[in-house]
Amino acid sequence: MTARERGAAIDIKAATKRYGNFTALDDVTLHIEPGEFMTLLGPSGSGKTTTLNVVAGFTDLTSGDLAVGGKSIVALPAHKRNIGVVFQHYALFPHMTVGKNVAYPLTLRGMDKQARDRLVVRALDMVKMADFAHRYPSELSGGQQQRVALARAIVFDPPLLLMDEPLGALDKKLREWLQLEIKRIHRELGTTFVYVTHDQEEALVLSDRIAVFNQGRIEQVGTGRQLYDEPTTLFVAKFIGESTSLRGEAQTSGNETSLTIAGQKIVANGKLAGGRKPVVLLRPEKLSLAGTNTPPAAGQNSLTGEVSEAIYLGSGSKYQVTLRDGSVAIVRSSLEATPFSIGDTVDLRWSVVDAKLLADDDRADMTMT
Amino acid sequence: MSQTSHTPTAGGDHPRPSGAVQGPQPRLRLATYPSLLAMPALLLLIAAMGYPLLTVTLRSFSDPAWGLQNYVWFFSTPVNVTVLLRTFSIAAWVTIVCVIAAYPYAYLMTAVGPRLRLVLILCVLVPFWVSGVVRTLAWVILLQDSGIINSVIRLFGFDGVKLIRTQTGVVIGMAQVLLPFMILPLYSVMRGIDLRLVQAARSLGARPARAFLQIYLPLSLPGVFAGAIIVFILSLGFYITPALLGGPRSTMLSTLVQSQVLSLLNWGRGGAMGVVLLVATFVLLALAAPLMRQRHKQASRS
Repeated sequence: MTARERGAAIDIKAATKRYGNFTALDDVTLHIEPGEFMTLLGPSGSGKTTTLNVVAGFTDLTSGDLAVGGKSIVALPAHKRNIGVVFQHYALFPHMTVGKNVAYPLTLRGMDKQARDRLVVRALDMVKMADFAHRYPSELSGGQQQRVALARAIVFDPPLLLMDEPLGALDKKLREWLQLEIKRIHRELGTTFVYVTHDQEEALVLSDRIAVFNQGRIEQVGTGRQLYDEPTTLFVAKFIGESTSLRGEAQTSGNETSLTIAGQKIVANGKLAGGRKPVVLLRPEKLSLAGTNTPPAAGQNSLTGEVSEAIYLGSGSKYQVTLRDGSVAIVRSSLEATPFSIGDTVDLRWSVVDAKLLADDDRADMTMT
Repeated sequence: MSQTSHTPTAGGDHPRPSGAVQGPQPRLRLATYPSLLAMPALLLLIAAMGYPLLTVTLRSFSDPAWGLQNYVWFFSTPVNVTVLLRTFSIAAWVTIVCVIAAYPYAYLMTAVGPRLRLVLILCVLVPFWVSGVVRTLAWVILLQDSGIINSVIRLFGFDGVKLIRTQTGVVIGMAQVLLPFMILPLYSVMRGIDLRLVQAARSLGARPARAFLQIYLPLSLPGVFAGAIIVFILSLGFYITPALLGGPRSTMLSTLVQSQVLSLLNWGRGGAMGVVLLVATFVLLALAAPLMRQRHKQASRS
């Protein structure tokens, strides 16, 4: 393989797309580094696929700019953009063999047969489908078809590869295996990958960085760890991983916010500007359970509740605790922790520093089911 | 349904293993003989098609005497051969005109919203509900020398065009009558084509025209072939439209058959003409079949 140019940088600037009254993309700005694996994550209708279609050239922007490798491509039609696209439903040409499908972009570029065959074999090798070149797409399984589609999208060496929920139609086992394959191919190619999914686990497995979309806007961009540990909005906190959110009567004193929940008072560091209603967000592994007779340690909050579900997971246990105000907390505990069973009255404990104070947002709950 | 029940229930539709059959004799069931469902249609075809066809074929060999004289007469009379060839040529032209007119129309039907699609479907179907004779007479009015088309042409200072009693007029009229038979199969095939394939082709670097020619067109060919066969075969046997719109130089075989049978009462010769047309059609279809079978196979791989 010759020295390959690295992937291209992408700059989406103030991109807005309206359909009549509906705003599919609302002032989206996103910078993607060359060679980066960027995932656009969000529920359906959040604008992630629209963003992908805009970059691919299938959808025109109402306003805003789009640059790949520093050059604006807003005015270029899809077929001149030289961007690889992998679709959710594979979009292999049913009347062509696997080999012809993969060779198609090279044929369009007027490449001679010898060079073409060499590249086709190389691309099919990369996705481990070299033995299937003479089959028709209908003779392949979903996972095989998607690998062929991937080969077809990378065979012409595009500086940017877009993938629109490529594993959405496959079963879990296959999906997990293909995720690792995609990661490997990304490493080998050095191409910039933009990957759309609504599956947060998939996003965490694959991505260098994740852009979380909601209602046509980007809520937050960051690494998986940043999004999990330091979410800036309640929506992001609830979309990435499991969490417990606590609401109550709020009071601020100094740089501290306290909530009174069913008569019990808890505190969290920080305060919200603009008098917005605060929510205390807790990750399951930051929570622990204790009997009501043991006093909380210094710097710990404590809330009383009743165990409503106890699940043994092998590596530990997962509990649902119904608090006195009716809200439900999710707790993950290690094997060494004292086990509790359904119906036990327990204290939910956590360190003040582990709680995250966020502004309440009723949109965040709507999207979570 | 109870699992312990051993007697077949009246509405029972679960085939039971043969060893487990108990009680009354197994009855004739539609579920066990699905081919029975085709019986009504088969009976109708045998009575209304098979028997008359047999009679016609027999009489072509036996009327007025046993032998091949009717066929010898058919092929030794130049006018018959001319008309036979013309029949095929007109049918081919009608098919071509229908493909050209129906293809963009059917495509539009797949591309527009549901409301406009309904309007387009109605535009196809409403002429179906009007009798062929009425429609053909309407074409007489439109196409005649002092008709609307010629008036418009003259309005722009051109010479009038002879349309009525010409082959062109016949082709125009027949194509209009047969257009729905082309549009509907085309539409049903096009509706099944995943437009994302065209998008995929564009992302791979295909100009829109190229994406259409290399991806969409090949996938829509089964619809073209299905429609073409229906239109072509129906054209071969057309009678009313060529009789009303055509002249002596655009007579089709069905008109000759009609004059042999109804005017000259020569059933043998009329039958021979019918058989010749039938055999010629079969030969043509047999020639086209391999080509089509391959296309169908490719398209059904989707």
